[in-house]
Amino acid sequence: MKGTSVKKNKSSWGVLPSIPYIAWMVTFIIIPLGMVAYFALTNAQGQFTLENIARGGEHMSVLLRSIKLAAIATALCVVIAYPLAYILSRKQGFQKQTLSIMVMLPMWMNFLLRTYAWMTILENNGLINKFLSLFGIGPLQMINTQGAVILGMVYNYIPFMILPLYTTMCKIGNDVIEAAQDLGGSPLQVMAKVVIPLSLPGVSTGITMVFVPAISTFIISKMLGGGTNQLIGDIIELQFLGNSYNPNLGSAISLVLMVVVLLCMSIMSNFDDEEMEGRIL
Amino acid sequence: MKDNILISLKDIVVEFDGQRILKGINLDIHDEEFVTFLGPSGCGKTTTLRIIGGFVEPTAGDIYFDGKKINGVPPYKRNVNTVFQRYALFPHLNVFDNVAFGLNIKKMDKKVIAQKVKEMLKLVGLVGFENRNINQLSGGQQQRVAIARALVNEPKVLLLDEPLGALDLKLRKEMQTELMRIQKSLKITFIYVTHDQEEALTMSDRVVVMKDGEIQQIGTPQDIYNEPKNAFVADFIGESNIIDGVMYEDFEVEFAGQAFKCVDKGFAENERVDVVIRPEDIIVGDYETSPISGEVESVIFKGVHYEMSVDAHGYQWLIHSTQSQEVGAHIGMNVRPEDIHIMKKMEV
Repeated sequence: MKGTSVKKNKSSWGVLPSIPYIAWMVTFIIIPLGMVAYFALTNAQGQFTLENIARGGEHMSVLLRSIKLAAIATALCVVIAYPLAYILSRKQGFQKQTLSIMVMLPMWMNFLLRTYAWMTILENNGLINKFLSLFGIGPLQMINTQGAVILGMVYNYIPFMILPLYTTMCKIGNDVIEAAQDLGGSPLQVMAKVVIPLSLPGVSTGITMVFVPAISTFIISKMLGGGTNQLIGDIIELQFLGNSYNPNLGSAISLVLMVVVLLCMSIMSNFDDEEMEGRIL
Repeated sequence: MKDNILISLKDIVVEFDGQRILKGINLDIHDEEFVTFLGPSGCGKTTTLRIIGGFVEPTAGDIYFDGKKINGVPPYKRNVNTVFQRYALFPHLNVFDNVAFGLNIKKMDKKVIAQKVKEMLKLVGLVGFENRNINQLSGGQQQRVAIARALVNEPKVLLLDEPLGALDLKLRKEMQTELMRIQKSLKITFIYVTHDQEEALTMSDRVVVMKDGEIQQIGTPQDIYNEPKNAFVADFIGESNIIDGVMYEDFEVEFAGQAFKCVDKGFAENERVDVVIRPEDIIVGDYETSPISGEVESVIFKGVHYEMSVDAHGYQWLIHSTQSQEVGAHIGMNVRPEDIHIMKKMEV
């Protein structure tokens, strides 16, 4: 009897500290999500309809473009961030501090400001083209291209890839890496058989943290992509702030986007699970 | 143990950030030998081991393996395997794949790998654990996996960096015997690092006592214990009474206000020396007739013997005896000539 009462106490104490977050979650996440779902499934008169979801199909090409650009940007982030995070995790003291501050530094600047800066660099009479014109080259069309949008995504979101990678890699002990070398592993084999498998959780977190904001961004595409490279985020924004004011359609597209993101993430985590199984077997 | 030299360290110096970690290590290790590096933490024993493993490059000096200089050869190209201090097992692999790691790297035939891993798990007593996760194992079992993972590669030399440090006393004793059995049956050179003098004396063919990056003494466990070269070795290998003395002439020494016969010679006349006497070598006798006398200050029961502290004119003698004495009793002490060890004064 005594034992069970102690247990009860413990579990009620366990719940108590999470109450503020639960309240926050209900107020600012669950209720608004319910409202999005309500708007998506009703028309302007408040009657139930699936028309909004069906109309969302008109923007299928934009959705596909969003997925494509976000996927490319995420892949680039992995390729660029992985070696950097590894080097960072193996450094000590001053070098480590300097490098990590350099990674974090752009994040201290305002997001809009950072993106504006890229506009002035990529413009037809911007920094790069001015420099190239000294040699009689160009001007090259860089701004208002898909490449510029991808560049903006990579630049803005790469810290979200580096940080989770760095955190998981720090947990890989130097002695484990030395053990792999000791057992005959060349640097490449040590990477493939020890470092990469052990850092996969960081890779999957990083992919989520880059892919989700990248697929739903509208500022980057607006500023660097011009009118021709609209993303799904721009379409949603137009439904709320633009001339074609239609919050029901905007909610419907948001809902579809959410489902797409959830699908992508579950494919990712499936892949993860298989990896885990592969480890156990 | 064979006569041919397998590993040779010549004037090895290591500096980190201008600090000298090793100050000229010279050491030959024979084939099939069990050598232990013994010393307090920071003495350079692990660094010496890591030089042999290839993880540390000497600042100066050469290292030879089987007669060939191997300075600059990376760890993965050396015919040496290591059992790391905290085992360093691969957390993403099960027991079988941990042990098979080295063989998989060599791209051996799957059947051969399975056979070799099975034999190795049998050797370390882990048959049936193949599919276990590493975090499901106890410390002792992880230790065995680490040993199997290194040995399955059939290295000429196995390096062990305080491998039993994390185990409890009973398990440590078991593993000591087991490691000795493995070493004898596989006929491999073992180079073992520890700060535990008892472990070193129990297991080794030869012990290398180190301090502050220098070798203090190399010898068999018997040599090291019975004939310590200086007061540091004497003090580090078991407990000792270290007393100031003066060497009158060959075979005669004065300490504690008395002249004693001894078996040492070759000191200058009236040279000041350190006299080392093991606590178990002190013979407790009659107060009146013994050369040294004192008052018992404390008695602690240690299981096999009583540990007593005796005050004799300001010097605290440590005595191990199977016979207990009363606290406050006046007792006499004597030492046989062959139990008196004379050492040159250490330069401070």
